[in-house]
Amino acid sequence: MTTLSPTHAHGTTAAAAPRRLACLLAEFENPAQIVAAAEQVRDAGYRHWDCHTPFPVHGLDKAMGIGRTILPVLVFFAGAAGCTTGLVLQLFTNSYGFTIWALVKVTGYPFLISGKPALSIPAFIPVMFELTILFSALSTVGLMLLMNGLPWLSNPLFSSERFRRASDDRFFISIDARDPRFYRSKTEHFLKSLGATAVEAVED
Amino acid sequence: MTSIPSDPGHPTRGFTEIDNTADEPGKRSPLVLATDRFHQVTNTVCRPNETRKPPMAWNVMFVLCMLLVLNLGFCVNYLIFTGVGVWGLNNPVMWAFDITNFVFWVGIGHAGTLISAILFLFRQKWRTGINRFAEAMTIFAVICAGLFPGIHVGRVWMAYWLFPIPNQMEMWPQFRSPLLWDVFAVSTYFNVSLLFWYVGLIPDLATMRDRAKGKVQQIGYGLFALGWRGSNRHWHRYERAYLLLAALSTPLVLSVHSVVSFDFATSQLPGWHTTIFPPYFVAGAIFSGFAMVVTLAVPARELFGLKNLITLRHLDNMNKVILVTGCMVGYAYSMEFFIAWYSGALYEKFAFMNRAFGQYAWAYWIMVSCNVITPQLFWFKAVRTSIPLMFVLSLFVNVGMWFERFVIIVTSLANDFLPTSWDRFVPTWVDIGTMLGAFGLFGVLFLLFCRFLPMIAIAEVKAVMPQADPHWPGWAKDGGHGHHGAGMPAAAHEPGEPGGRGA
Repeated sequence: MTTLSPTHAHGTTAAAAPRRLACLLAEFENPAQIVAAAEQVRDAGYRHWDCHTPFPVHGLDKAMGIGRTILPVLVFFAGAAGCTTGLVLQLFTNSYGFTIWALVKVTGYPFLISGKPALSIPAFIPVMFELTILFSALSTVGLMLLMNGLPWLSNPLFSSERFRRASDDRFFISIDARDPRFYRSKTEHFLKSLGATAVEAVED
Repeated sequence: MTSIPSDPGHPTRGFTEIDNTADEPGKRSPLVLATDRFHQVTNTVCRPNETRKPPMAWNVMFVLCMLLVLNLGFCVNYLIFTGVGVWGLNNPVMWAFDITNFVFWVGIGHAGTLISAILFLFRQKWRTGINRFAEAMTIFAVICAGLFPGIHVGRVWMAYWLFPIPNQMEMWPQFRSPLLWDVFAVSTYFNVSLLFWYVGLIPDLATMRDRAKGKVQQIGYGLFALGWRGSNRHWHRYERAYLLLAALSTPLVLSVHSVVSFDFATSQLPGWHTTIFPPYFVAGAIFSGFAMVVTLAVPARELFGLKNLITLRHLDNMNKVILVTGCMVGYAYSMEFFIAWYSGALYEKFAFMNRAFGQYAWAYWIMVSCNVITPQLFWFKAVRTSIPLMFVLSLFVNVGMWFERFVIIVTSLANDFLPTSWDRFVPTWVDIGTMLGAFGLFGVLFLLFCRFLPMIAIAEVKAVMPQADPHWPGWAKDGGHGHHGAGMPAAAHEPGEPGGRGA
């Protein structure tokens, strides 16, 4: 991390390779500012950028132009898989044995209790229900983390002392240096014009 | 309203009670008192985790609970090495303390999921102050609950028979039995509660990581924060996932205690074989769970200075829930009697007369007085907002709900159809030791949670503050430009107005 004014003034050792600029980080003080600024960044046509807030700010998704996530659809299929697993598991374990391709012998265990049918769907509902919920919940969390690219413990942003307040009371916009519209001086000027209290260069 | 110290760093901050239970028409009562700064919320919640030494009361409680855990370990080992004969079980009464404790602890867990899931779906913003707490309580309660059926099976080393694992005996569990449904319901419940709790913790663990001074804390919190950096693209999916989890947990929590009640309701024993059991058990579970939340929240907010976040209004709301569910439970008690009479079934009628006037009448009347009579005091606002009274009443409810399960299980078994097979259950020291030990285990887990994890959902509390809304009038004054560089508008200028300027 360096501050902007003395450019690349990290130089402790002359032999150190020049570090790549990762992104520009702009700090804002309140939710109103970040929403207003995000709208501007979106309209300026940036693609690789993000907002960092201590809590989800209402209206920021729209201001950033984030589309609805597909997560619920995927979770629906996971739930359906759970329900099917529950049904098949119980049908199988209560069935008489059978063999798969005349090789693998699988044996169920049909209990006969009070003349009740071995394959009684009503009695299978609780387990089917519980497995539906279990599969859905596990996939909700698993997919959420996967789609967010987490867990991933290292990030250039963590080198910024200022950024520590992103989980406390400050609101940040980071514009990635890989963005096609990114020009260091232009972008920096742009971020300052949005009312950022500070703009900082974050290096890899 | 009472005057409050205007200095954010004031030592009595969070330790003084502010009455915010009065309703002002047309105005929402603030959920966060005495500050309008996000930073102050972070500080208040993190302070107990960041102090070098915990309060003395914490140490005392920890030692006490640890002794109970040792006792639990001893009792459980003694049971395993000797056999279930060390419990006071006998031929008709084959379920007693073990299943009573199981049902009691599962019930305690229910309030956590109710607060985190159902109140979330109903957009009850006050839940944010207490949900972390209550969810932690849920997990620890389910751990305690899981212990009992585990050791109750007799030959503990055969406990894996509960799960559908392919084995050399070519035997499978009996899927048409409610006892097996219980295995699936309770284990799903534990897993989903743990996920819900952990997902809620991720942003707060990131806060702890970013504030941590020591290397150990940084790495510890950092690992579990999973690299969370508050990215809004992440928040978007996170919020969806949270909503989905809430929507999944809501039917789950209703199913769990229903399934537990099936253990009894699907049998043919008078006193167990009733259709009212599932809703009645769920209401009772929420009742006992909320009482436990009050029991834990009252000392915790006192000890750790959380009074501005878990306000009197939160407690007032919880006491109202206790009152409502207490009335439901009372209704169920009377309806059971009515149906026993109305059914005309001899054994059913006897079972209930025996409950109220038989050998366990004392237990029945403890149950009725603790669950139905004393909670009626919560009709009075003075009682709902009195800290000592609500604490005592919540303890009564805990006791009453334990006895409810005892009454249902033991009285029905001890005096069934044939008088020649009647017997009497008397707990042995192992029974009592194991029961107390479970409370110790619960206590130790909860105390560790208080010490090392944020007790209140920091990000969620901030998100329901009026200042979190980009359209909050205070931000409009800044014109959306932070040119003055002074940070948040300081609460210090307006000492008499808790909750800031949000009007």
